[in-house]
Amino acid sequence: MTQIWKHRLFWPLAALITLIVVNSVARPRFLTITVRDGQLYGALIDILRNSAPLMLVALGMTIVIATRGIDLSVGAIMAVSGAVALTVIDGSNDPGNLGTVLVAVVVAVLVALVLGAWNGFLVAVLGIQPIIATLVLMLAGRGVALLITGGFITTVNSAPFSYIASGYLTVLPFAFFISVAAIAALALVERRTALGVLTEAVGINPEASRLAGVRSRGIVWGAYILSGVLAGVAGVIYASNIKAADANAAGLFIELYAILAVVLGGTSLAGGKFSIAGTVVGVLIIQTLGSTILFLGVPSAQSPVFFAVVVVVVVVVQSPRVRRALGSMTRRRPSTTAPDQERTKVAA
Amino acid sequence: MDGAVGAQPLLELTGATVRFGADAALDDVSFRMFPGEVHSLMGENGAGKSTLIKAITGVLALDAGTLRLEGREMSFATPQEAQRAGISTVYQEVELLPNLSVAENILLGREPRSRGVLSQRLMRARAGEVLRDLGLDVDPASLLGSHPVAVQQLVAIARAISTEVRVLVLDEPTSSLDLDEVAELFRIIRELRDRGVAILFVSHFLDQVYEICDRVTVLRDGKLVGEYLTRQLLRIDLVHKMLGRDASDFKTRHREAAEEPDAPVFLSARGVDAAPGIRGADVDLGEGEVLGVAGLLGSGRTELARALTGVSGLDAGVIRIEGQAVDLDSPRKAISLGVVYSSENRRSEGVLQDLSVLDNITLSVQAHRGVFRRIRPARQRELAQSWVEALGIRPADLDRPAGTLSGGNQQKVLLARLLALAPRVLVLDEPTRGVDVGAKVEIQNLVGELADNGLSVVFISAELEEVLRVGDRVAILREGRIVETLASADMTVDSLLALVASPDEQEG
Repeated sequence: MTQIWKHRLFWPLAALITLIVVNSVARPRFLTITVRDGQLYGALIDILRNSAPLMLVALGMTIVIATRGIDLSVGAIMAVSGAVALTVIDGSNDPGNLGTVLVAVVVAVLVALVLGAWNGFLVAVLGIQPIIATLVLMLAGRGVALLITGGFITTVNSAPFSYIASGYLTVLPFAFFISVAAIAALALVERRTALGVLTEAVGINPEASRLAGVRSRGIVWGAYILSGVLAGVAGVIYASNIKAADANAAGLFIELYAILAVVLGGTSLAGGKFSIAGTVVGVLIIQTLGSTILFLGVPSAQSPVFFAVVVVVVVVVQSPRVRRALGSMTRRRPSTTAPDQERTKVAA
Repeated sequence: MDGAVGAQPLLELTGATVRFGADAALDDVSFRMFPGEVHSLMGENGAGKSTLIKAITGVLALDAGTLRLEGREMSFATPQEAQRAGISTVYQEVELLPNLSVAENILLGREPRSRGVLSQRLMRARAGEVLRDLGLDVDPASLLGSHPVAVQQLVAIARAISTEVRVLVLDEPTSSLDLDEVAELFRIIRELRDRGVAILFVSHFLDQVYEICDRVTVLRDGKLVGEYLTRQLLRIDLVHKMLGRDASDFKTRHREAAEEPDAPVFLSARGVDAAPGIRGADVDLGEGEVLGVAGLLGSGRTELARALTGVSGLDAGVIRIEGQAVDLDSPRKAISLGVVYSSENRRSEGVLQDLSVLDNITLSVQAHRGVFRRIRPARQRELAQSWVEALGIRPADLDRPAGTLSGGNQQKVLLARLLALAPRVLVLDEPTRGVDVGAKVEIQNLVGELADNGLSVVFISAELEEVLRVGDRVAILREGRIVETLASADMTVDSLLALVASPDEQEG
């Protein structure tokens, strides 16, 4: 039992399961999945589909945070990427053509990559603090997106483009597969290459890593590029969902939810050790919570409060102090702090 | 102090036992301190020294045994309680606030108030008094962070004695001080001793223990070995008691100077200037040679090491490897040329505390191979395991976070990381600082073996005896210049000391 207690995913998973249980008690149809035309529908399926943009952004954020950084510009990058995609489609003669949509998506993601590279340049090469460096684009990005769309909310009618967010691939939503592909790709890269351990090394101690011969600069830069690209894809999904480029609303506050998902998943904001699985669970918690709030009919003005209360509970339960206290309640022995690991600071 | 036995001890610990889980970190240990004596606590890392200190300063509670202060039984729940009873502690790492003034640091938590308002004037006056008392010329209004570590350390002592102190615990106070500063510290210690303060002086430096301490208590594996008068205990016996094994483990390594007179020069530096302070340094490092570097703190020992290993760039001069001029613009570049560096700041620039021993050892090899050519996990474990065994890293648990190991074992992990690269030149900056005697000997012996196998080593240490013992030749640094490079066989510690110190003293 103690083993399960101590697993770093225990509390995030417990929170997620609790949310699902509460939901299924409050509305028995929550767990119901219906089959229509060979496609699955239901509240759970909606959560999987709707979580795709946040999932992508949070995955990128996880890597950035592991390097001791933070990326506040992801929402703005989503807006830019959506604007680029829509402008390309809108400007073509044949918006419904699959080729047009592919070109639009590729161009949008490339632009997002450039923006990510800009962030990485500021942080890794010029040495600007990540929060400041990405704040630049966070503030300027939406302006750029408005410039691209000429200040209007560009709308398109393109079946292949709508498919990205609303379509089904076999029995499940296509957007869900994008999430899964991103998770799998990142997990594979982490496992098959040394990126995981080198990223953690840089996050734990950049100077010691440099002395050990780690290409810290390249790794940090790469993290922001990855974050930019994933935000770009998220922006395309968002735009596809509303069939429009809304520079003001696209990805609004998503950077905060992404950071929250990363922290809920057990990755420390101090950098270093990170957990992809934790972030996935964190995103699902946030998405399920959002759906719960909607269902419970909490007035939209008060929903942030409800959200905050749940988040505070989860974060407090995860804090080392509370965990220790809980641990000592389950065990007989009173828990003492680790003897030699933390030297008690004594003001002599 | 001679008559101390028989007098009542100021502080007395009897049958002290502290357990962590199943292990007894301190097992039925008795310990006493008399007023007006300097007492040393000796033992290897893990012998229970820090546990004993924590037990008498209120950081840890005793599981069994009693603590008496002037015959009265005491039990401190917090360090503050111990401090109120007159027991003050100064730790190895200065634990003060660099962004506050010296005066604020000295009186933190006990700020003098006039009519309930904090009085800066009163505070400076009172802190100034304490500093003057210690004979320290430090402006109480200056920021603590603007002073060198040595001064900060002395301020920490000023803070400790600004209360009514009866027992002063100094945990490794000299590890970041140079000779002059140590002398200054000793002057203060003697003064406090003469005032009747009992001082517990914990240090790895045997010389210092013998210079300042009246009495020594030796611990091993959490048990008391004995209490001795320093002047009645031979050094060799002390080491023997600490280690519980023969001191003949100290291998003296002095290859005959004539053995390989023409060992080809592997790395050479000419006219190297490096900020801050290194001027016109010439270094020749032969294949399989150990070049010791001796110099006072601030003489440029570390700066030289960093210039040779690509950590900091050169302002002028050239470095050649096997005759080929090379541009060492990063540690990465140096590593690719076979030149590796172990920093003196093991914690902040060496071992990655949160990473496992496994990942720490294989980090540089992996970084060298690149992100995409990952070492297979099985091969990685094999590699790390072989180094753990070769260097005797304990505990031999590859998955443990490296930060939980003792200082000596962390140093070995760092060495393993560098050696796994199969380097040609190993630059070691203070590899034995803060390391217990056993591990120290092992590291020194290891350096000798590596050199015998053809590795060139630059060995930097503040301990002259160690530099002489390990180095084939010794480069002597003074104020950023290499003033001389001599065969260590031709020197004694005293003659080296004279060279390291100011030139005037040389003539005498």
